[in-house]
Amino acid sequence: MDSQKLVISPAPHVHGSNDTRRMMGDVLIALLPALLVSVLAYGLQALVVTAFSVACCVLVEWFIQKFMLKGASTIGDLSAMVTGVLLAFNLPANIHLGLVAIGAVVAIGIGKMTFGGLGKNPFNPALVARVFMLVAFPVAMTTFPEAAGAVTGATPLAMAKEALKAGVPVGEVMESVDLVAMSLGMKSGSMGEISVVALLIGFVWLLCRRVISWHIPVCVLGTMALISSVAWLASPEEFMSPIFHLCSGGAVLGAVYMATDYVSSPMTKKGMVIYAVGIGVITMLIRIWGAYPEGMSFAILIMNSVVPLIDKYVRPRRFGAVRNGK
Amino acid sequence: MKTFPIGGIHPSDCKEYSKSAAIETFPTPATVTIPLSQHIGAPAVACVAKGDRVLVGQVIANAGGFVSSPIHSSVSGTVVAVEPKADAQGNKKPSVTIAVEGDEWVDTIVRGGALKKNINLSKEEIVSKISQMGIVGMGGATFPTHVKLSIPAGKKAECLIINAVECEPYLTADYRVMLEQGEKLIVGARILAKAIGVDKIYIGIENNKPDAISHLQQLASAYVEVEIIPLKMRYPQGGEKQLIAAVTGREVPSGGLPIDVGAVVQNVGTALAVYEAVMLNKPLFERVVTVTGSQLASPKNLLVRIGTPMSALIDYCGGMEGVGKVIAGGPMMGRAVSNVDAPVTKGTSGVLLMPTEESLRNVEGSCIRCAKCVEACPMGLEPYLLNRLTQLGDFEQLEHHYIADCIECGCCTFSCPSYLPLLDWVRIGKAEVMKRIRERAAAKK
Repeated sequence: MDSQKLVISPAPHVHGSNDTRRMMGDVLIALLPALLVSVLAYGLQALVVTAFSVACCVLVEWFIQKFMLKGASTIGDLSAMVTGVLLAFNLPANIHLGLVAIGAVVAIGIGKMTFGGLGKNPFNPALVARVFMLVAFPVAMTTFPEAAGAVTGATPLAMAKEALKAGVPVGEVMESVDLVAMSLGMKSGSMGEISVVALLIGFVWLLCRRVISWHIPVCVLGTMALISSVAWLASPEEFMSPIFHLCSGGAVLGAVYMATDYVSSPMTKKGMVIYAVGIGVITMLIRIWGAYPEGMSFAILIMNSVVPLIDKYVRPRRFGAVRNGK
Repeated sequence: MKTFPIGGIHPSDCKEYSKSAAIETFPTPATVTIPLSQHIGAPAVACVAKGDRVLVGQVIANAGGFVSSPIHSSVSGTVVAVEPKADAQGNKKPSVTIAVEGDEWVDTIVRGGALKKNINLSKEEIVSKISQMGIVGMGGATFPTHVKLSIPAGKKAECLIINAVECEPYLTADYRVMLEQGEKLIVGARILAKAIGVDKIYIGIENNKPDAISHLQQLASAYVEVEIIPLKMRYPQGGEKQLIAAVTGREVPSGGLPIDVGAVVQNVGTALAVYEAVMLNKPLFERVVTVTGSQLASPKNLLVRIGTPMSALIDYCGGMEGVGKVIAGGPMMGRAVSNVDAPVTKGTSGVLLMPTEESLRNVEGSCIRCAKCVEACPMGLEPYLLNRLTQLGDFEQLEHHYIADCIECGCCTFSCPSYLPLLDWVRIGKAEVMKRIRERAAAKK
């Protein structure tokens, strides 16, 4: 019998359905509801900015691999597209496209490729770009167009922060905030942040497809809820309610889509919990006492930098380790 | 429902191809090639020479030590060669080749007759008989059974666990034995229990075989000490440590043996072979082999004489059309075959034919730190890290990260979305670390 053409390779000889491209595709699908709300709120402008951001990110990655690294292109894994969408979701819908292009160069060029590409970046590339832009172009990054049905052009978080600083009691601030409208998307903010409901639909999709586990999102949001509840219950006149905090700003976008980035989050479930609680704590510290109204981006980047340490000390539960006493 | 505590995966079980095919006796081939090392331990030493006449069940090679096993002829005929022959991987291994003439069995073997249930032999007699009859673990590991039954001083066995999990996709040999020879299997288990002096027998079966569970439950109702434990389907539940944990809730300590938690595990095929050896004086010279694959015309479960070429089984079931890879065993832990004319041995649980389009691996990408491998590892290791440390050649760190605990089940490679050959690297690292551990132990003496 002809044995010459048989393939020889070590076991296992079958592979599961996990696939980088499929998982990135699932993230893109999960982001669709939020994109839809964004388009409903801000019109086609939102679609243009998102498409442009995706195109720039993919192009930058392709360019760097082709002309600077002179290696094979990996844009087919869709990870650059995910970064593109997430970057756009962190921008106001009326931002100048030139700034978007700069953001894409920072995200992919500095945030990802300088470290060696997919899998090597210590920080979430989209967040690196967002924070860079927030510092470099503060006005453009915090001037939001009026969303359909939204009351004002400032974000609820920024409004609340200003009002509280000026000594306006929380009760009055809350009068101008409609939580239901906020959670559906009728508020001002970055494109992807505006609808908590749409983002949570995507979260359910990611859980069903087993792309991410519940640990990071639930622990980030749970920690934020806990801290803001304590503050709110202690002094409801001084602090905003936990529901306000969870529904506003980048809380859900950050917890579900940015903090869960595989590359820049821990490898064990225990580690994920520590990391997520850290993000929740830092976010609330910044929101309550910091100079910025929003703290999610900084919190994630700070905890990204702690991941190697977490992975060094937090190990998975090992089979048969208990009795051994090692 | 019970299962093991950490990790694991859910490959599609693909047992539908062969699960309804009743065990069929494969015709004795014209020649058989019987390797002298079909077990873990020292190879057997041939005691026949070219030209000798042998009968079915006659010893042709004696055990080469305590951790070894004798080899019996699976056919009657004339020895035509005692020389190295290529095994499934193409390596030459000492073998006895016999030209078949008739089918004359050694007259001490009891053929036919009713089921024998009464166990009259003592513990020692049972173990000695199992040793003489060449019984080895038939799940694939081929560890000599009498060694496993010899409980080390200071240890005490508390229960016998029959591994009826057959968690490898595609394979159905054990499943068919459970359905067709269930009572022999149970008597075999009782013999094994007597040999290690325990009165508790658990038979662990996954819930993808409900008919086997209910059939054995019915048979076991006549024996108070036998308990059927249905298990939630999950790979690698048939791993010895995983099965013990699933059934008893106890974890074999890192670096330890099943006996450390009072358990002795034997496979379904082994229990059947033990029944035949002890009750019928029948040595291990034939076994049930699943011949299967998605493109195979008629997948079957065959009762095959040891030494029959795999190619004969493949031809019998539909041939090599569209086949890109042949695997001895299951798709998770089986070994790819380069020489399909190599013989079926005591450890061959299946011959799996993979279609050409499923034979090649996907191109590997880069690690995206998704932690799927960490989640999948049933030993709680970090395959991504072991992979990297092996590439860096840092064997001290590898040992520190318990690479020696790896059971090579393949869950990590199976789960990796970037198609990294994690287990390939881990095997390399583990081999080197094990070598260093052995050298250290030798230096201490």
